[in-house]
Amino acid sequence: MYSYDQYDQQMVDARVAEFRDQAHRRLEGKLTEDQFKPLRLMNGLYLQLHAYMLRVAIPYGTLNSRQMTALGDIADKYDRGYGHFTTRQNLQYNWIKLEDAADILADLAKVEMHAIQTSGNCIRNISSDHFAGAAADELVDPRPYAELLRQWSSFHPEFTYLPRKFKIAVIAAEKDRAAMRLHDIGIQIIEKDGEQGGEIGARFYVGGGMGRTPMIAPMIRDFVPLDQLITYSEACLRVYNRYGRRDNKYKARIKILVHELGAEEYTRQVEQEFAHMLDQGVEPPREELERIKPFFDDPAFEDGAKHVDRSDPDFALWVDRNTHRHKHDSYVSAVISLKPVGGIPGDATGEQIRIMARLAKQYSFDELRIMHTQNVVLPHVKIEDLHALWTALDAADLGAPNMDSIEDMIACPGLDYCALANARSIPLAQRISEKFDASGKTEKLGELKLKISGCINACGHHHAGHIGILGVDRKGVENYQLSLGGSEAEDTSLAKITGPGFTEDGVIEAVEKVTDVYLDAREDGERFLDTYRRIGMAPFKEALYD
Amino acid sequence: MKILTGNDLKSGAVIWWDGENWSLHVDAAADVGIHGEEILAREEALRRVNVPYIIDGEATADGVRPAHIKDRVRALGPTVRPDLTIKPLNAQALDWII
Amino acid sequence: MTNPDLGTSPDEVQFRFRDDEPADHGTVTVDACCDQTNATAVRIEPGDDARTLLPFLDRLALIEVNFPAYGDGRGYSSARILREAGYAGELRAVGDVLIDQLSHMRRCGFDAFAPDQRLDEDDAARAFATWDNVYQRTVDGRKTIQETRHE
Ligand code: HEM
Ligand code: SF4
Repeated sequence: MYSYDQYDQQMVDARVAEFRDQAHRRLEGKLTEDQFKPLRLMNGLYLQLHAYMLRVAIPYGTLNSRQMTALGDIADKYDRGYGHFTTRQNLQYNWIKLEDAADILADLAKVEMHAIQTSGNCIRNISSDHFAGAAADELVDPRPYAELLRQWSSFHPEFTYLPRKFKIAVIAAEKDRAAMRLHDIGIQIIEKDGEQGGEIGARFYVGGGMGRTPMIAPMIRDFVPLDQLITYSEACLRVYNRYGRRDNKYKARIKILVHELGAEEYTRQVEQEFAHMLDQGVEPPREELERIKPFFDDPAFEDGAKHVDRSDPDFALWVDRNTHRHKHDSYVSAVISLKPVGGIPGDATGEQIRIMARLAKQYSFDELRIMHTQNVVLPHVKIEDLHALWTALDAADLGAPNMDSIEDMIACPGLDYCALANARSIPLAQRISEKFDASGKTEKLGELKLKISGCINACGHHHAGHIGILGVDRKGVENYQLSLGGSEAEDTSLAKITGPGFTEDGVIEAVEKVTDVYLDAREDGERFLDTYRRIGMAPFKEALYD
Repeated sequence: MKILTGNDLKSGAVIWWDGENWSLHVDAAADVGIHGEEILAREEALRRVNVPYIIDGEATADGVRPAHIKDRVRALGPTVRPDLTIKPLNAQALDWII
Repeated sequence: MTNPDLGTSPDEVQFRFRDDEPADHGTVTVDACCDQTNATAVRIEPGDDARTLLPFLDRLALIEVNFPAYGDGRGYSSARILREAGYAGELRAVGDVLIDQLSHMRRCGFDAFAPDQRLDEDDAARAFATWDNVYQRTVDGRKTIQETRHE
């Protein structure tokens, strides 16, 4: 994976020094909170319900065991012994002191990490496919392109005070594991027939997003040559920075601009700006991409067993559920579920984080990935090592065999931690996983993506859940809306609300009811989503409200 | 009653105005009547509190109860981690929030 | 760096990175500038399209870009666009210009700063010197990290 050179390190160190100075000026009273807020946000420091919260960037979700260990140590040293992995492939600490923040950033910088641009109206951490570099179905590894974009977007002088936050995802497979079209810019690396055979380039989707007005990004350019990738991105951003709405925070995301102008007109403006920018020399030298690529070369894979011994049914179940096909047939990618039954989705203790780090070192060429589903991946595990790995995971309460099942739900922090929340998300997640686990229905339901957000901001991706739950405030009481039919995979779709909302108990019962409708109606091989798409909302509504 | 809350600038801890000082305990919250804005302006300028605001509360037999659930969560801690609330040993404490 | 004596210009310029004499006229609006053939100083507001000034760049000695609120970043694009078009006169950031925006503004081509509220000189000096190296190619002509890597 990528490792910093002196320049990258210098940038991050400079930022730590800058932030130390800013925090100092705030504590001294030279900065008001209004002035300090955007500065701390640029460094991922929020003020939440119980304390400051620090969000650490994990660029394109990739990290090594030394970095992971540092994250565990920070949880113990500065927080209350745990961290929360998020849908943006980041990690959040919930109990941070302003006085400590610069020291934490310094600790992170020692392992080539930072919290830069994990918040604020700037280009955020670039996300990517969590199986990048390992998946059997990818065209190329998307991470070199993500790294190129990381450098370009870090401390971008023109795009630090955008109308609103800006999220970019890069993938390089037909299967979308990064919700690419629900990002402000989604980039798919593709191959087209060129004069010298296949030519690699980037397809741009712009104007997707969730929040209160969810939108699926339209494609605005089907092929951008790789040596114009940064220039094209810059053009997309400049049009947004100049014309994105600033009069209303809720209409400030690029999706609204693209929607209001129309994709065609937005594209025209981008193309015009792009033509101009091509003369400005903003593209990094082509050699830079070539320098980055070898960092992501395959580790030294070895041939070995292609199958596991399935005599232990618990192990066999975990293998079936939590491993993903690798491009080398003696390996798999193993998913470590952070969704134990009744647990808090995405939370891991400092000790668990260190254990995952150690296992990555032992079994996965020192590499880990954070998934947008709030789990952790060991990307390159030898099939022969799976049993030993599983045994170690299970002992650390990290062996839940539930990837992509209803128990593998996404849940935002909700009203237990988040200042913007209307309702709690985590208790719902806990109760639903307990209930489905106890009744044994999880297994029968197969792939079912449940996503829970505590308010309309949609951090829990509820619009993109096969089943989505949204917390709303009903006269000061928590209430939940149910929606069905969303997807954030390559068949992206937005979920539709079933009807009036429910109480906490009511919505759990409602989830049960819609899964029953599915089990009754499904045809061979259909997932919940497929059945919903075939039979429509009516039968579900009937079961819920009649 | 009108009570004042905010976060400690340095530690971020949730704090409540007790009439003279900032306390970690909502039960200590004082009714500031019509003087909220004035106290907040002064205390914020002194950097004794960060992002303070005025809320409605109720004096009950069990102590001061903020009107909104969000402030009750702030007062106690996350409902999903009773061990991290300010009353970790009191199993009933969470019922107070809902 | 500081220039205490700035003629009749209405803003107090605190930092200036130019050797020429500061323009000593008040500025006009972008609309007025397009109509008025003799204006040599103009002020751009966030909603103005900087490109409408491109035909007049030769006669302009001062362009002020106003930041009514520091969080409105349109002025950064305006500045770069003007420099990309070859504007060589003074480009002055005015309004809600704070310490922590200085280094980015400089990178976008601003060479004079007239903050509403005077800034602490030491803090500002540190801010201007924030980046030893930079990732992006902009109009300030600095060599990028990527270029340095492949020399
Ligand atoms: C607890 C502190 C958090 C706050 C204050 C917060 C705030 C917000 C806000 C205001 C939005 C809406 C932005 C908009 O539509 O313009 C948003 C969107 C989002 N947040 Fe969070 N969030 C928090 C935590 C999280 C966590 C923990 C995750 C991951 C689990 C997350 C992931 C996202 C995602 C994926 C979106 C949707 C992006 C989109 O609208 O396209 N956030 N957040
Ligand atoms: S969806 Fe709402 S409640 Fe949940 S983390 Fe985001 S802002 Fe907070």
